[in-house]
Parts: sequence; structure tokens; C-alpha cells
Amino acid sequence: MTPARGLLHAAAAVLAAILLAPVVSLAVAAADGTGELWPHLAAYVLPQAIRETGLLLVGVGLLVTALGTGTAWLVSAFAFPGRRFLDAALLLPLAVPTYVVAYAYLDLMHPLGPIQSGLRALLGLSSPRDLSLPDLRSLPGCILLLGFVLYPYVYLPTRALFLMRAGTLLEAARMLGAGPARTFFRVALPLARPAIALGVGLALMETLNDVGAAEFLGVRTLTVQVYATWVNRSDLPGAAQIALVMLAGVVGLVALERLARGKRGYAGSGHRDRPTARRPLSGWRAAAALALGSTPVLLGFGLPAGYLAWAAWQRLRAGGWPEALAAQTLNTVLYAGAATAVTVAVGLLVAAAPQLLGRRSGQALIRVAGLGYAMPGTVLAVGLLAPLALLDKGLADLFGAELGWAPAIGLGTGAALVIAYTLRFLTISVGATEAGFARIPSTLPDAARMLGRGRFATLLAVQLPLAWPAVLSGALLAFVDIAKELPVTLLLRPLNVETLSTHLYGEAARGTYEDGAAAALLIVMTGLIPVALLLRLDRGPVPRHSRAGA
Amino acid sequence: MTDRRARLPGSGPFFPDPLPLFLRRRTAPPPPAGQDGAAKTGLSPARLDIRGVSRRYGRTPALEDVSLSLPPGEILAVLGRSGCGKSTLLRLIAGLDAPDAGEIRIDDRRVAGRGRDEPPETRGVGLMFQDYALFPHLTVLANVRFGLRHLSSRAARAVALERLAEVGLADRADSYPGTLSGGEAQRVALARALAPRPRVLLLDEPFSNLDAGTRERVRADTLAVLRQGGISAILVTHDAAEAVEFADRIALMREGRLVQCDTAERLYRAPASPFAARALGDIVEMEGLASGGRLTTPLGTLALTDPTPDGSVRVCLRPEAIRIVPRGEGVPGRILRRRFVGASTRIDVEVAGLDAPLRLTAAPDGIAGDGVALGLAEGGVFVFPAAKSS
Repeated sequence: MTPARGLLHAAAAVLAAILLAPVVSLAVAAADGTGELWPHLAAYVLPQAIRETGLLLVGVGLLVTALGTGTAWLVSAFAFPGRRFLDAALLLPLAVPTYVVAYAYLDLMHPLGPIQSGLRALLGLSSPRDLSLPDLRSLPGCILLLGFVLYPYVYLPTRALFLMRAGTLLEAARMLGAGPARTFFRVALPLARPAIALGVGLALMETLNDVGAAEFLGVRTLTVQVYATWVNRSDLPGAAQIALVMLAGVVGLVALERLARGKRGYAGSGHRDRPTARRPLSGWRAAAALALGSTPVLLGFGLPAGYLAWAAWQRLRAGGWPEALAAQTLNTVLYAGAATAVTVAVGLLVAAAPQLLGRRSGQALIRVAGLGYAMPGTVLAVGLLAPLALLDKGLADLFGAELGWAPAIGLGTGAALVIAYTLRFLTISVGATEAGFARIPSTLPDAARMLGRGRFATLLAVQLPLAWPAVLSGALLAFVDIAKELPVTLLLRPLNVETLSTHLYGEAARGTYEDGAAAALLIVMTGLIPVALLLRLDRGPVPRHSRAGA
Repeated sequence: MTDRRARLPGSGPFFPDPLPLFLRRRTAPPPPAGQDGAAKTGLSPARLDIRGVSRRYGRTPALEDVSLSLPPGEILAVLGRSGCGKSTLLRLIAGLDAPDAGEIRIDDRRVAGRGRDEPPETRGVGLMFQDYALFPHLTVLANVRFGLRHLSSRAARAVALERLAEVGLADRADSYPGTLSGGEAQRVALARALAPRPRVLLLDEPFSNLDAGTRERVRADTLAVLRQGGISAILVTHDAAEAVEFADRIALMREGRLVQCDTAERLYRAPASPFAARALGDIVEMEGLASGGRLTTPLGTLALTDPTPDGSVRVCLRPEAIRIVPRGEGVPGRILRRRFVGASTRIDVEVAGLDAPLRLTAAPDGIAGDGVALGLAEGGVFVFPAAKSS
């Protein structure tokens, strides 16, 4: 092994250690946690938190399956006026983070908010007491809200599968005499099972990750308890113990998803079949289809986004821009920008690891890089505390004695936040870069080697320029996800630093909703970027580099 | 491998004259290696030695115990069907893959094997890919310059332009590869591979993506450039005609093994096995009997030149070894079908004792009626043990 390769291997080992640090530290913290707290947690906190989290997961899982599969089938199997619009619009709720939708609805449904006021006016009632709607701040309310913003995770892969695979198979089913309903339940649904499992898995990860919506709606999930145990009770071992329970939950989820996907391959990877011949609908059926399909768009995006826009406008007219908004936006952009830069750079190296280090160790590194994404934000943050503190102590020992001053990377600094973001979202840039590399014919890097360039030089001179669009789109996706992120930001941000998301959280916690509307609107607008990107990818022309080398 | 050929005693040169069209060289023979051409471009062609190299992927052996030598300035063709291991061999020499056993030497330097695996970028080996592998994000000039990082920017540009001029594409220097025709892309790939002055050039089916007309011309041009530079080269191909035209020697491969490595003429005249006999031309195969130094076939008998144990043998004949003789002599045959093809007539002849009709060429007016008499001509008759394998 040459010195350069030895250095690369060492760097990879360090990186893997950093990526694994949160999990290891959680295990250690939980193991030597003070025994006195555990009985309390086990008796009073965990049972309820596990029950509520379990119910939430089951409810959200069922709702997103129904909504995602139903809408995917609607736009794939039928033709009706407005279908093409719906096809794209059904993705829009992806732009609304769970805490934002909860925030918007709490205000919308407030007894003095527009909906209840309007209803009262309609019914001729004068006092809020005379009209009692079921309270949104409940487990069913939380399930409903999360379901309506998370269903696109199921809609997207399922629709892609229907588009790619379904044409011939569904026609065959129909030729064999199966009606639309029978075709759906006997052919389409089993066919789509791997896609549905994938989507539900992602939606449930998001549910586990959510801290804002659950807390605003008064649901005491595990995530909320981790946060509360740490922040309110300052009990790190306790938080670590709950986090470890959650981690077990995540592992269970992943296993369940694999199981549900079954041995049948996810068949969406092949070439695109002839588009499905859609069954045309007309008259009231067409109207019903449009109405049915529009409901999730309206509830998951139209209503909250529209309300936020209106509320932000009201606020603007009344008192101008909230003065802190500019600073919060700047903070968001700065931290997300810095973390994106690190994420993309590290992601590039990880994606190239199979080439730089050899296939086996490279693939292992890529898998380890995906760990952070599977961990809910609170769990990751708790897991990072001890390693960061250790790092600070090490740096202080190293430099403090000599200089009387030590660089602080750890707790309460922007660096900690950037590290946490990077760990959490690394897999996005790794995945995008890998996809970009995969599209490059393998003879191109080989040719560069034959012309005298080493592995690393080849990476820079050939693969990076060719994969640049993919790397860039990965960077964009990572940036948006980081900008929207709440739990990690909440727990690890430096003192007195507010980003858009933490500001929103604070306003919601204080109950001063209208002040956060502008921030929420900005977050939703940021969230629209990847949706637009998805739509372009979906509709876009054949990638340019498919002719590469010919 | 057995190499026992039947020859008629006292005959002259038995190689058919003229040679089958595709066996004739269309280009000038190579200049003495390492002289003129080499001096001109400053290349010093290397000697390449491959010793007992094996490579397997999982359980599947791709290459088994292959040994080859390439003297400086020689062009060798590796001929075989897809999957015979010829591309694997090329990747091992290039350094893009490492052998499981055996070693590879360039001049006296071991580059692979026995614990050594020199990376491709330091081996001084050039490779032309089947898909050319031009970098789509770089101009033609930048592609050719890619391997010239050791030169100053100005010198690199000058050398690249010179190489491009050599393949007649100096005017396309600023184009992008996506705008080139297949033939142009191939020539750019050649210029790019030659620019860093590799000591051995490997060519992986470099003409297979061209249409027939272009292929002929580009092949001749490529060969001229290689000969001019006196470059050691290995061409991998599945096209026998291409191997014959391009190379000084042909290494015939089958299922990961080297079958025979020889000049085209030797391969044609003295194939080591029925497989080798089939590789460079049509053959007719039949059972025969060796007995007391004579060979008996359904087409007649002749004397065996090499000692052959008595018994059943496999006989391979070149079509030119079968003669049409006056009636009454030789073996009678029945004409099943005749086709007029201009200067000659093709006839399908059924002969007692043969599984399939023979396809022969006769003078247009030489044959009348349904009957014809056949005999064996001198040369082009190969005798192999009657094994079940080919």
C-alpha cells in the first residue's frame, strides 16, 4: 500500500468513527446512566410515550398508505380533466414540514381563528362556547395532520411504479375480465407493495423525527420525551435511555419495511413501459375524481400555505416585517449553507470511497454514512453530546495549557450544529453523488487512469465534472432539508441563535402564532424547491450524458 | 496439442496460391522494430511478457495459465469470441485488474504478479477503448492533452495538435466529442492514447463500433500510425480478417486459454486443433482412417507426412484441398444445386460417407450434368486425433 492510500484509509477510518460516534455514545450513556432515574422513566414516562408513539405510527402508517396509494392509483389509472395538474400538485405537501402544518392548523382552528369564527357566523352563534368542534390537540388530530403532509412519500414511489410497470400488466388484468376495483386490489396493490413499503417507511421515519407537531398538539411521543427529559429535567442519561428505545424502534421499522418489501424486487428501476392507457371518466365521476384527488392537496398544502401567506400579509400590513426575521433568515442560510458545503464535500469522498479504498470498505463506509438519516434528530443530538464534550475537553487539554485559549468545536457552537447536520443529512449528498457517478460509463475513469492520472486525480478531472449536476441537486436537497430541520437545531444551536424553524417553534410554544407566519411561509417556500426539482426530474428530457463517449 | 498434417509427398508449396483474399496483407510489412519510425517519434517500444497468468471472478475462471510474449515493435492480435477472456487479458496488462496467479513484465520490470500491482497510471501502457471513452466534458484538444500533464502547457498543446494532425483531425481540436462521427471519435481516441507515448498500446475492439466502409479505412490508417511509430501493440478482436490484416502474430483464445499463437500464415497452414483450423477460414470436417502411413477419407486417400498411429482420426480440409477431377478418377459426387456467381459457379455436392453436402467453387462451364468426380489436392489437409472434443 502506498503512503497516499494508507492516508486515505486512515481518513476513512476516522470518518467512520465520527459517523458511528452518536450510536456508541448513546449505548455508553445508557449503560452507566444513574440507576435512580430509570425506574421513574420505566414506570411513568416510557409506557405512555411508547403507547402514544406506537398509536401515532400505526395511525399515520394507515393514513399515508390509503392516501398515497389511492391518489397514485387515481392519477395513474384514470383520465379526467385536471388530472395532469393533480399529478404534480399531489407532491406539494412535501414542502410543508410537520411542525409548520401543525403550527398553521392550530392557528386556523383556534376558537377565535378564521374557521371557527366563520362557522359561528354561518350558524348565527355568538360565543365560542356554543360551538364545540373536536379538539385538534389530540392524538387523532396529530395523526390526521401528519398523514396529510407525509402521504407524498408513498404517493411518489407508488405512482412511479404504476407509471413504469403497470401499463401492460394492468391491461392484461383487464383483458382477463377484472373490473377496475378488482384490478386495483388483486394486481395493482400487490404489485406496488414494495413501493408502498418504501414510502411508508420514510413517512414513519419522519413521524418519529417530528418534535414540533407532536408537542404543539399535546402528544407525548418518545421524541418529545427525549427533548423534555434533556431540556426540562437536564437529565442526559435519561434522555439517552429514551433515545436508545427510539433507536430500537427505528431498527424495528427498517426491518418491517424490508419484510414488507419482500423478495419481490422493487420493480421501478426498469425501463418505462408504454404509458398506462387510462380509463376516461366524465360527468360527475370526473368531478368526483378531481374533488377526491384535490382534498389531500388542499388539506396538506393549500389551506396551511394559503393561511400562512394571508397571516404573514396581515402581519406585514400591521407592523411591517418582524425585525428579527432578517437575522433569522440569515442564520438559517449561514448554518445550512456551511453544513451543506461540508456535507457535499464529505459526501463526495464517501461516494467515491469504493473507488478510492476498494469496493468492500467503500460500500461499508457508504452504509455507515446512511446511519444519521435513520436516526431521529433528537436521538442524534443526544448521541452527539458526549463525543462533542469529549472533543472540547481534548482540545482544551491540548491547546489550553500552551495558549491559555482553546478552540471550541463542541457544545453550544455553530461547529457542533454543522457537524450534527452533516451526520444527519450526509446520505442525501452521498446518494446523489453516487447516482451521478453511476451514470458515467466505467471506461471514462479507466481511460483517465490509462492516461496517467491517479485515482484521486481521476475523481477530480473526470468524475466530478461529469457528475456535477447530480452533486448540485444533492446539495440543493441537503440545503433545504437542513434549513427546515427543527429537532437538532433546537437542541444544539448556539445560545441566542434563532433560525427560522426554532423561531417558529418558540412562537408556537408561547402561543403567539401570528408572529411566526412569515417565518413559516419562508420555510414552506424553501420546501417548494425540491418539489420543483422532483417535478423537473420527472418530466425532464433524457439526461445529456447518456451519449457520453460515443 | 497435436500438430499432424497430411501432405502429399514430393509436392511443391502446398499453401494455396493465391491466398484467400482476406489472408492477403493489404499494408506494407512492418519496418524493422525500433529503427526509423521509433527514432522519428522518440518512442522506445517495450517488450511485454505474460507468464502463466490466471484470473477468476468468483468461481468462474476468466483466464487460465496464459503465457505470451510481445517483442518490441510487434503488433499482436488476440482473437477469440466474446467471453473467451481476451478483454480480461487486456485489463490485466493495463493494470485495471490484477491477476490471481502468474506475472506480467514490461521489459524487465515486473508490473503485476507475485505481490506486485503497479497502478495503471505508472505502467506506460496506453489503452484504446471499444467505446473510445472520450471525455464528453472536454474538447477534442483537451482530451488529447489529458495524458500530457508532465509537459508544460504550451508543449502539451503542441504535441496534442501534432497528434491530431497525424490522424487528420487538427481542425476539430475545439469540437466536443459529442459532435464527432464514429470514425472521427475513433481517431481522436487513437491520438489521445498515443500522445503520452505509451511503450505498449492496447486496443480493445477499437473498430467494432464503426460501419463496414469506415472500418476498412480507419483500420488501415490506424495501422499506418502504429507502424510509423514502431509501437508495440496488442489488438483484441473477434474478427479473424481484422486480426490477419492488423497483426504480425495472432494469439487465438478460447474459454480463457491460449489455443495457439502464431503468424496468420502458420495458423492457416498449421492449425494446432480443429478449433484453430476453423478460426482463420472455412474447413470441411470428416472422419478418416489412418493406416500404415496412409490416410483414407470419403474423398480419397493420401500419404501422411507425420507419423500417425493407426486408427480413426478427425480430418479437417480447407475447401481448396478439394479438387474437381476428370470423370472416372477420384470419388463420384452428385450435384444438388448450382448457383451462378459470375466468374465461377458454386455447387453443392453430395458425397457418400459425408454428413453434409460440400460447397465447392467450379469454373462456370466446367461442369455438366448431375455428376462430378472429386479428389484431394495437395496441402490444406489437417489430421487430428478423433477426440470427442473439437
